[in-house]
Amino acid sequence: MSSKIEHISYYLPPKSLGNEELAGLFENKSSEEILDLFGVKKRSIRNPGQIGSDLAFEATQILFKENTTFDKNTIDFLIFCTEGLDYKAPTSASVLHHRLGLNENCGCIDMPMGCSGFIYGLSLANSMIYAGNATKVLFLVADIPSSVIHSSDFEMRCIFGDAGVAILVEKSEPNHIGKFIFGNDGSGAQNLIVERGSTRSPIDKEWLEKYKNEPENLSQGRMKMNGLEIARFSLQRVPRLVENTLQKNNISFEDIDLFVFHQASKFILNSLKRKCKIPSDKFYTYYEEVGNTVSCSIPIALKHAELEGKLTKGMKVMLLGYGVGYSWGGTIITW
Amino acid sequence: MNIQLLINQIEEEFEEVIPGTIKPDTSFREMDGWSSMHALILIALIDNEYDILLTGEQLKNAQTVQDLFEIIQSK
Repeated sequence: MSSKIEHISYYLPPKSLGNEELAGLFENKSSEEILDLFGVKKRSIRNPGQIGSDLAFEATQILFKENTTFDKNTIDFLIFCTEGLDYKAPTSASVLHHRLGLNENCGCIDMPMGCSGFIYGLSLANSMIYAGNATKVLFLVADIPSSVIHSSDFEMRCIFGDAGVAILVEKSEPNHIGKFIFGNDGSGAQNLIVERGSTRSPIDKEWLEKYKNEPENLSQGRMKMNGLEIARFSLQRVPRLVENTLQKNNISFEDIDLFVFHQASKFILNSLKRKCKIPSDKFYTYYEEVGNTVSCSIPIALKHAELEGKLTKGMKVMLLGYGVGYSWGGTIITW
Repeated sequence: MNIQLLINQIEEEFEEVIPGTIKPDTSFREMDGWSSMHALILIALIDNEYDILLTGEQLKNAQTVQDLFEIIQSK
């Protein structure tokens, strides 16, 4: 048995932070400079109190609306990928399952991943179907990086945006999802991390006092990024990931019709395109309107590539996720 | 390789630099408009052109274009 991505729908929170507004919050920064450096025009920011599962819920409502003949009772597995879970227990997937009114005969799991999360979740959905344990997997992805960015962290506020995506992966003949490459290097954990706010180092009174002027006192933690090390990791790892993913799928570089990478940043994407010698017309990017939406960036890009007519049926598409962990993964799908 | 090639490459990458203004003893961090993004651009440039991925430490210790040239030559 084999599977395919049947549908992708996504939701962006209504608050949009444009470059004029953002530049106005910092001394000596202009909207032109932000656009030039980061290539992002605007990013969506969640409403106060809105969390990952809320964005995933909204994205699923859109998916249901766009597929009027689709019977949600046929969903037999729900995967939810986010780094902003509702609770320590139960799983957010379980909560979402109830909110969405899904059938009882449906397994639910959470997957807190990040930049490579879409690849890992897709492999999981594909494996469930391939093994004959599921036929229709609702794969939800949502991230809210704005909840862990300090208001003074200029670079991260320019780069990141919040989003939720609903992806329907289902059984299909012929197969549309290829083999996967996975990898991990935990020595890079400190180079992109959300400090505090979880089990190893919960927030305390001092933290709340220190960040009393931040929204919600940064009570979910604070993201720290070593941009230089993340760039080095990407330049070192991703070209090899391209090679390994091609080899695993026994396909040549020239036979790939479209490359859709995690939309890390303008700089990283441009550097990778150049290093991997990918022709511009085969290298799809979508970050200008949304920024880096973490685990949502690949499916949002796929959706737009299709809407723009750059992704059509039968095309071979290389998908690569890489980042926080460090974690990376790749596959090749047939659209 | 010679240092002029490296200088030309840096001038090409740093759009805001007027060609011909970078010298071997130019302290690149003191160039107009230098930002942390330029450090990333230098790393990507040297990786791409010379297949050398500078470490953060190497870049931190380098002050001038000559210093970068010497790191590349020593590989």
